Amino acid sequence: MATPASTNDGSAGTLSPWALIGRRFAHHRLAVASLYLLAVLYALALGAEFFAPYPRQWRDLTRAYCPPQLPQFSLRHGLHVPAMRAFVDPLTFKKSYIEDEGAPVKLGFFVKGAPYVFWGLLTWDRHFFGVKNTAAQRPDGRPVTFYFLGADKYGEDIFSRLIYGSRISLSVGLVSIAVTFLLGVTIGGISGYVGGATDTFIQRGIEVINAFPQIPLWLAFGAVLPADWSPLSTYFAITLVLSLLGWTGLARVVRGKILSLREEDYATAARLLGASHTRILFRHLLPGFASHIIVVLTMSVPAMILGETSLSFLQLGLRPPIVSWGVMLQDCLSIQTVENYPWLLMPVVMIVLTVLCFNFLGDGLRDAADPYSTR
Amino acid sequence: MNEPGAIPAAAPLLSVRGLCKHFPVLSRGFRRPSSEWVKAVDNVNFDIAQGETLGLVGESGCGKTTTARCALRAIDPTAGEVFFRLPDGRVVDLARLSAGELKPVRRHVQMIFQDPVSSLNPRMTVRDIVGEPLVIHGLARGDELETRVAEVLARVGLKPEHRTRYPHAFSGGQRQRIGIARAIIMRPSLIVCDEATSALDVSVQAQVLDLLKELQREFRLTYLFVAHNLDVVRNFCDRVAVMRKGRIVELAPTPQIFAAPQHAYTRILLSAVPSPDPDVKMNFNVGEELAKLDAAE
Repeated sequence: MATPASTNDGSAGTLSPWALIGRRFAHHRLAVASLYLLAVLYALALGAEFFAPYPRQWRDLTRAYCPPQLPQFSLRHGLHVPAMRAFVDPLTFKKSYIEDEGAPVKLGFFVKGAPYVFWGLLTWDRHFFGVKNTAAQRPDGRPVTFYFLGADKYGEDIFSRLIYGSRISLSVGLVSIAVTFLLGVTIGGISGYVGGATDTFIQRGIEVINAFPQIPLWLAFGAVLPADWSPLSTYFAITLVLSLLGWTGLARVVRGKILSLREEDYATAARLLGASHTRILFRHLLPGFASHIIVVLTMSVPAMILGETSLSFLQLGLRPPIVSWGVMLQDCLSIQTVENYPWLLMPVVMIVLTVLCFNFLGDGLRDAADPYSTR
Repeated sequence: MNEPGAIPAAAPLLSVRGLCKHFPVLSRGFRRPSSEWVKAVDNVNFDIAQGETLGLVGESGCGKTTTARCALRAIDPTAGEVFFRLPDGRVVDLARLSAGELKPVRRHVQMIFQDPVSSLNPRMTVRDIVGEPLVIHGLARGDELETRVAEVLARVGLKPEHRTRYPHAFSGGQRQRIGIARAIIMRPSLIVCDEATSALDVSVQAQVLDLLKELQREFRLTYLFVAHNLDVVRNFCDRVAVMRKGRIVELAPTPQIFAAPQHAYTRILLSAVPSPDPDVKMNFNVGEELAKLDAAE
């Protein structure tokens, strides 16, 4: 394929394969947009304390199930939301809120709020977005509240919890992917490179693992996890469970690629030069399909995120007080709750968004993966 | 040269004795026991003297490439010995060396491949490809590596600025030159050319053969030249071994092979070569004659 740069004599052939992949990836608009959106999501997760209007443990029990409040703008009040007044239906005892036109809650950017320690390094009290005048009080003497995406049954801010939860939900994919990568490339690499009986043994093992019914296996793992483990240990146990089942797909891709590439003359040439097995595997064979590995890994992040969500939703994985999207969805187990307070389903929107982004990104990477193919 | 097929007077650089490579024929079924064997190389013997070019010819599937690859230990032979004389005078049996012992010997034995596309790693720059032998054997690094790569590229007729490019930016002939540069950068004594020119078109073939001849004179190289093109062999080789069904049927100095072939198979092979002279009749009955030869055995 003659691109303008490659017909130019001076720069002919000087683009590395990775540069070519980058160029082709840039043509896939949806994938590029997904990449940016994912970058935003991960940035939010990294700076959760700053971006979340409220700290993780904050709650106002008197404001349970407060509906989402969309910020409004007026010249008199600036950015604000109307104050809410709780109202209990005398017949059904359903708690609902009505707007109180009296004193609006003023909002602002970079407002002073609850102090936090950022990544154990610096203490700060600024939040990206939130209530401007935290000293302002409601008629009942409590500080004014602002629920951007509504409140749950404990009066916790769903928007803040979504941001804190993304820390777990988005990283669980990456951590599992790291384990999957290690297991898949090592086992698949050995299987393809050594071949023979070793290969047969590993392939049959993979088939046995794939034949396991997943949900009962998760149930078993969930039952095995001790209830008194720290949140961190549970988190790592969950990632390990997810990746112990997820590495087989990558192992197969790696094995197949190595089986075909090791017969290439350049692999023989390297052997005849006296190159070690490690050198042949990592310098000659792996770079030939590194892009495919990246694609497979990207495509399997959604499975990991969904896996965590399902496990937590079924109350087999993470448990409160850990905040993750799956844990948040535990509130949606009853249809009445969902019908009355649909904003509790916000984590679903985030999960769908993230999974779609990863799928588009994987699509774009797959199209860009082979820089020498024509389109 | 001395007696046809005899061991050259001086101690040979490479001496192949009773080389065999048998592949199992797997039968059907779950356990797939192998009851039969394909004798791809069957009791092959030959010697190559220092500075000599030995041609290995024969029809497709006769075992030329397998012989060459066994001699280099690219594949493990089933039986036989491959004695190779190192520059310091020691003689080693390539067929018996362990992987660790083999590595230092690899410096002195190199190979040029038939397919210039698949023999160069598409993910590596020319600098990395050509300089890799020096890196593997720890012979040069940094600036010295860079200079030696530039030198050897210039020697095979490429430009030093080609170093940063990837193989896909080169033509077939240029790629073969890169392969040659990789083979000679460690100054080996023996180079196995496995159909090194058969993937190139005729004019480029001639250039590459000229280059190989120049390099032979300059570095006192010894070639084992596997080919099926008899015209190339006639011009390039000192002696020719004719292979058929895994065995060498005739081994003689080149002029003798072409002027007075002894073996029936050699005569059939030669008669199948089209001649530019319109008065020379071409043999169209090769298949028939080969069948007769098979029946006679």
